[in-house]
Amino acid sequence: MTNSWTDIKNTDLVVIMGGNAAEAHPCGFKWVTEAKANRGARLIVVDPRFTRSASVADVYAPIRQGSDIAFLLGVINYCIQNDKVHWDYVKAFTNATYIVKDGFEYKDGLFSGYDETKRDYDKSSWEYVIGEDGYAQVDDTLTNPRCVWNLLKTHVSIYTPEMVERICGTPRDKFLKVAEMISECSSPIKTMTSMYALGWTQHSKGSQNIRSMAMLQLILGNIGVRGGGMNALRGHSNIQGLTDVGLMSNLLPGYLTLPTEKEVDFDSYMSTRAFKPLRPNQMSYWQNYKKFFVSVLKSMWGSAATPENHFAYDWLPKLDVPGYDVLRAFELMNQGKMTGYMCQGFNPLLAAPNRTKLTASLSKLKFLVTMDPLDTETARFWENHGEFNDVDPSQIQTEVIQLPSTCFAEDEGSLTNSGRWLQWHWPGGTPPGEAKTDNWIMAQIHIRLKELYRKEGGVFPDPIVNLDWAYADPAEPSAEELAKELNGKAYATLYDPTDPTKVVVEAGKRVPSFAALRDDGSTSCGCWIYSGCFNENGNNMARRDTSDPDETGAYSKWAFSWPVNRRILYNRASADLNGKAWDPSRKLIEWDGQKWSGYDVPDIAPTAKPSEVGPFIMNPEGVSRLFVRGMMRDGPFPAHYEPFESPVTNLVAPNVRGNPAARVFKGDFEQFAEPASEEFPYAATSYRLTEHFHYWTKHVWVNAVLQPEFFVEISEELASEKGIVKGGWVRVWSKRGSIRAKAVVTKRIKPLMCDGKAVHVVGIPLHWGFTGAAKKGFGPNSLTPFVGDANIETPEYKAFLVNIEPVAGPVA
Amino acid sequence: MNMELSRRQFLGAAGAGVAGTALGAFGFGEIEAAHAEAIRAFKLVNTTETRNTCPYCSVACGIIMYSKGDLKKGEKAEITHIEGDTDHPTNRGTLCPKGAALLDFVKAETRLKYPMIRKPGSDKFERIAWNDALDRIVRLMKDDRDANFVQKNNDGVTVNRWTTTGFLAASATTNETAFATYKVVRSAGMLVFDNQARV
Repeated sequence: MTNSWTDIKNTDLVVIMGGNAAEAHPCGFKWVTEAKANRGARLIVVDPRFTRSASVADVYAPIRQGSDIAFLLGVINYCIQNDKVHWDYVKAFTNATYIVKDGFEYKDGLFSGYDETKRDYDKSSWEYVIGEDGYAQVDDTLTNPRCVWNLLKTHVSIYTPEMVERICGTPRDKFLKVAEMISECSSPIKTMTSMYALGWTQHSKGSQNIRSMAMLQLILGNIGVRGGGMNALRGHSNIQGLTDVGLMSNLLPGYLTLPTEKEVDFDSYMSTRAFKPLRPNQMSYWQNYKKFFVSVLKSMWGSAATPENHFAYDWLPKLDVPGYDVLRAFELMNQGKMTGYMCQGFNPLLAAPNRTKLTASLSKLKFLVTMDPLDTETARFWENHGEFNDVDPSQIQTEVIQLPSTCFAEDEGSLTNSGRWLQWHWPGGTPPGEAKTDNWIMAQIHIRLKELYRKEGGVFPDPIVNLDWAYADPAEPSAEELAKELNGKAYATLYDPTDPTKVVVEAGKRVPSFAALRDDGSTSCGCWIYSGCFNENGNNMARRDTSDPDETGAYSKWAFSWPVNRRILYNRASADLNGKAWDPSRKLIEWDGQKWSGYDVPDIAPTAKPSEVGPFIMNPEGVSRLFVRGMMRDGPFPAHYEPFESPVTNLVAPNVRGNPAARVFKGDFEQFAEPASEEFPYAATSYRLTEHFHYWTKHVWVNAVLQPEFFVEISEELASEKGIVKGGWVRVWSKRGSIRAKAVVTKRIKPLMCDGKAVHVVGIPLHWGFTGAAKKGFGPNSLTPFVGDANIETPEYKAFLVNIEPVAGPVA
Repeated sequence: MNMELSRRQFLGAAGAGVAGTALGAFGFGEIEAAHAEAIRAFKLVNTTETRNTCPYCSVACGIIMYSKGDLKKGEKAEITHIEGDTDHPTNRGTLCPKGAALLDFVKAETRLKYPMIRKPGSDKFERIAWNDALDRIVRLMKDDRDANFVQKNNDGVTVNRWTTTGFLAASATTNETAFATYKVVRSAGMLVFDNQARV
């Protein structure tokens, strides 16, 4: 989230699209209710199903899953055509005025530079024209046909209300009503918030779904303001934190990136991360990259990371592919190229796509280790559970070790919520049996592995034996010790670079924030964006002061919000070029002639003059990007692509199948149903129910009683077409698997008319498996395709094809 | 029998049996004891309160856990009740159908209690001691790492990577556990490393 849950009360219009907050985030959704009741805010819900969020919406518009980009570019087109643009914001705070290279074009569904054999682009033409002064060239009059604004205008022009209706199945009048309501928020004194979740991410073009809305929000001037923003409703309690701390194949903590093997040494690594400003006077904050990078290396290897060994740069593993995400991991397993896999609180047998492939892959491992408070399906993938896990244990040679870990109630530390609040929690119960904390388990693995290397020697033990592990009890580092490492400290006394007589941080003390970090090895910091969370003022994440001056919803003294306790990202953009709030009733920070101040920590240098320094300080442009240059794999603008399995062909690019830049492994393409397949004619999607959380609550007695049994949802029209009765049994199958379920026949789902064809939606909730207190059942991953988003490999769970038929139920 | 006394009955009884000054000096005496005995104590009075966060979605509602026993005093503690934290700015005491049932998660029958091992080809899990389980894990890890660790690629560039054993990190562990995990996994040179952000 750029904003926070409590900030939603400040909005005028809530758009829930790609999510279902009323059911999946019920207590956060209360802030929507608050805005509706007390501010007169309105709610729009766009979804294939009439969800509980939709049931309290002012306008509900149905949409075919996987067509969100066409819908959103349609809204952008509407805003441009009807002059509903926050012009001052767009001209000053976006790259609308920037001139793009002549070689860039979009034609027949593809951007310039496409290589079909590699399924990848040469992105060199997706770039600004750079002048002799080294800066990007701009046209403040927006008359140059090659400026971003004019390219965008042309790019979205095909997404007319008629085209949106044909692609999305959204009735034209519904679309126009939504577009009109949204466009009203182009006024500087009206704002809209976007609330989305995995309904947008779990597509082969998930990142571009989100970009489309981000672009719309920029055009409306809604980023950086109270009641605005792009608000990702993260699905799990600390998935924001796990990502912030960099637990992904290609990341270092704080969104620094791991080197690739092309970056042969420290200097070549840093050379691509120089981030020189692209316009005069801009901050381009990533110029501090080296300070954060060196401080991370120091937090890893302490005194063994020295200027002489480039702070142990060589000890970081170097990537040969963009990333070893969970899909690539299972692909490698399936190819027999992996020996072991360790799952900490993650149940991939139900969470990753194409379960048949997952079972085959896990069966090829030599060993599997699970760490979990609950008895997961993954830990028992080798165990026969009839139709629910039809395997022969004697044929599976994988050694499985299942380790019992503590749950939240027995553990201490911080979780980062959607709104970037790091909140500390304390343990209140004794763990059951011999369950241990994850800190203890990870420490044991490290200590014992280190001991083996010391005793036996072995291949390149240096990064293991030199890992900084100086905890009071090395067998179980405490949460406080680790939090202090994340915050960072000074090894030597740090002096003010502009005034060497002034001490900034004494040697041995924790740094107040990342501003104090250095690139010479005199500081360490586990995760620069978390710096300040546990400084010398104490554990700021444990703060519980509920004061909220003027009731802005900021709650600045509650917990700690990254970065530097900032509650709304890009908040400089809430004020105009003179530093005055666009909307005086929603003041956030303002310029008083000397400095910025207000309700939030300014997202800009406190003395940066408003007319000179742009608000998007992380970008070398100083402005936000409507055209994203070569930074995304599948295009500098979003474009409509159908899901890999689609009930229709792509109307705007008939020859393009799926997202042309998405990675597809050999063998998986053959397992996709053809577009508009007769064999698999129905458009399936997956979702959560309000009574359940992922695959956890089926272990919880109360929730297992509330929703005991797996089912699928279909429309009355499809039910009557197929002879399926309410509560009857059905078989649902895709090209990859087959499941049996009870049928819920509902008015909540209706066929969508797409270009003259009725598209039926089959809804598949995701909460059942073969362990726990609920009845045994299936999950959508028995059916879903093994393909992910082109940029970040989130599997395409929300749009795939199935067939359905009535069947006899199980013998009682 | 309902022994609850109204305030009027109580004062009447007190006035009849005890002198006024004694009331102030010594409390209400027998009548008070009788009254206290008659009322079942509020169940949470003798419990320990601990602040925590709901572990499900990332609204991150504040919760209060009540337990018999106090971990801070080194006692065994059994959580007996969990409810929304009314002071929390986001949820203000409310919880959804998942959060409201958290106690049953803590006490789920399928909570794991002991390390288990399933041997190749076996159809069952067997108990294993922590010490043996951990020794076995690092043995398997080291054997694979020593056999498959790549120090240099074909171009002779130092790459120091290990891609034959992978690690999937969680979605609900703390940031502190995440950092400890990061250090352990990366220092071993692992690249096959992901979390649940995608699913």
